[in-house]
Amino acid sequence: MPIINHASSASVVIDDDKCIAEKGCTVCVDVCPLDILAIDETRKKAFMKYDECWYCMPCEVDCPTNAVKVNIPYLLR
Amino acid sequence: MSSAFPNTEIVDADILVIGGGTGGPMAAIRAKEANPGLKVVLMEKANVKRSGAISMGMDGLNNAIVPGHATPEQYVKEITVANDGIVHQKAVMAYAEGSYDMIQFLNSLGVKFEKDGSGEYNMRKVHHMGTYVLPMPEGHNVKKVLYRQLRRLQVAITNRYMATRLLKGPDGAIAGAIGVNTRTSAFLLVRAKAVILACGAAGRLGLPTSGYMFGTYENAANCGDGYAMAYHAGAELANLECYQINPLIKDYNGPSCAYVTGPFGGYTANNQGNRFIECDYWSGQMMLEFWRELQGGNGPVFLKMDHLAEETISEIETILHTNERPSRGRFHEKRGNDYRQRPVEMHISEIGFCSGHSASGVWVDENARTTIPGLYAVGDMASVPHNYMLGAFVNGGIAGKDAADYCAQHDLPLFDEGQVVTEQARVLAPTLREDGYTPAEMEFKTRRMVNDYLEPPKITAKMEIAQRRFAEIRDDLPGLCARDPHELLRALEMQTILDCADMAAAASLYRTESRWGFYHLRADYPETNNDDWFCHTMLYKDELGRMSHRKREIDPYIVPIADEEMNAYHQLRIQEPIAAE
Repeated sequence: MPIINHASSASVVIDDDKCIAEKGCTVCVDVCPLDILAIDETRKKAFMKYDECWYCMPCEVDCPTNAVKVNIPYLLR
Repeated sequence: MSSAFPNTEIVDADILVIGGGTGGPMAAIRAKEANPGLKVVLMEKANVKRSGAISMGMDGLNNAIVPGHATPEQYVKEITVANDGIVHQKAVMAYAEGSYDMIQFLNSLGVKFEKDGSGEYNMRKVHHMGTYVLPMPEGHNVKKVLYRQLRRLQVAITNRYMATRLLKGPDGAIAGAIGVNTRTSAFLLVRAKAVILACGAAGRLGLPTSGYMFGTYENAANCGDGYAMAYHAGAELANLECYQINPLIKDYNGPSCAYVTGPFGGYTANNQGNRFIECDYWSGQMMLEFWRELQGGNGPVFLKMDHLAEETISEIETILHTNERPSRGRFHEKRGNDYRQRPVEMHISEIGFCSGHSASGVWVDENARTTIPGLYAVGDMASVPHNYMLGAFVNGGIAGKDAADYCAQHDLPLFDEGQVVTEQARVLAPTLREDGYTPAEMEFKTRRMVNDYLEPPKITAKMEIAQRRFAEIRDDLPGLCARDPHELLRALEMQTILDCADMAAAASLYRTESRWGFYHLRADYPETNNDDWFCHTMLYKDELGRMSHRKREIDPYIVPIADEEMNAYHQLRIQEPIAAE
């Protein structure tokens, strides 16, 4: 069967102005237990790639520039 | 080392630890301390820095046995009673006797526990009988402390590898494991004399009522990999029907934390504001009263704190919103929940396997040994009941030390190359399809069926339907499609979850009685039947690959329990409702 993609709102939000992924930082991507964050290779910024967040918050707490905000996913907010 | 297998690196080790959360790192630390010459590899699906149930830290020890407050004998008695007698007391005692030394060890490493003015540990009573709770208001540094030790002791860490199957030698002893990289799908085969499983709970089994698949009580990465690997290797799993079910904040995956709030004066109340249980310690009997209150029209159930003083509430907020579940404050903010204004609505969690809170785990003895030579299990996935974080540390330490001794007496075993070929084909199968079913929809369907048919009260006819639905989903596996390494990770986890769902149904059907309060409440067999079922139930894969069961006798108690004491946890309901304070 062909596969279609769902859309959903990203609960983990990255402030592009603060994110320093272009300098090689991958801290938020490294610490995520569910591996749901990634670096956008064209924009060189981190982003939430998969809607599989446990809202545990190491990405936010460990970010050296406070660029990450973890919101509670809408379904359970 | 490259190898005869495509895209596969082979590493030789003495000890392979699978899982870098809580028990795994401590197993590696103790193994290296026992023999610094050993090569210890720690394979972790995520990143050891922030993996496992205590990703962000922990707000307290739930089962600390501190001299002057409790003895190991008292603790063994409490857990035996709380678990309706179905315990291997020697394993509980091994934990209890190691508890205080482990607290001191963690303290020496820099983990901070609450102390009183004279520097003594500040113990709180939460259990029904004894005093075992030690708060950790600054418990957010636990993972950092562990990581520092792993580096200092030169444990070889491989992050982002999901172990998928254990390897066995010609004599049936453990020989290592195979894992797959979650970002590249490259294989890592670790040959080892001993393997320590520390993969956490099967926490992604039931579906949270919000419908959000990753809003589970357990870290959603802990989806039962260890249970599935142990099962497929032929190890025995014990008392799986004694599910983990927890009282949580409604819609949020955190406990309402009566453990934290209870000693400050908070309590669980019904919609009249009245207490209905005498003790907030998590047990099947407590959950049964919780469920009855919801069923009886007195729900919802709430955590009541609005009668407390401002400074007390502030202190509770500081503990609850900064350690184990720091997003809790954010959830309350959106809902307009203020502990000062109104009680917080609670609900019953999804089901799972987790010995850390109940008793469902891979069978281990007092040395953390499973039924396979050289294979150990520790933490939430091992069968020592009510073990919590401190139990994971203590039993991890026991396993690490015992595995170091085991290595001294064994050579590196050969492994079955045919098994590796078969496993690599199974792992990669979903990547060979252009289209089909996604891991997310197959997982969602499996877990929705778990909710529909396996939640207590357990009904034979419903559980048999569940088995048919799971078999149909298994028939659909040749359609499972993974378009990149991340989806392959989820596809493999989905198969683990399906294995655990089958085990939950089979184990629940096998024990034809009710026991452990709500955890194994069977509508068709409402009574506890000690004549036939005062035993462990062991689930295993037989020689023909069938899911099989047997009873295992309970070893004679080393701490005797009087008959009248045995009923203590059956009297948790407050007889006459007391007016709210």
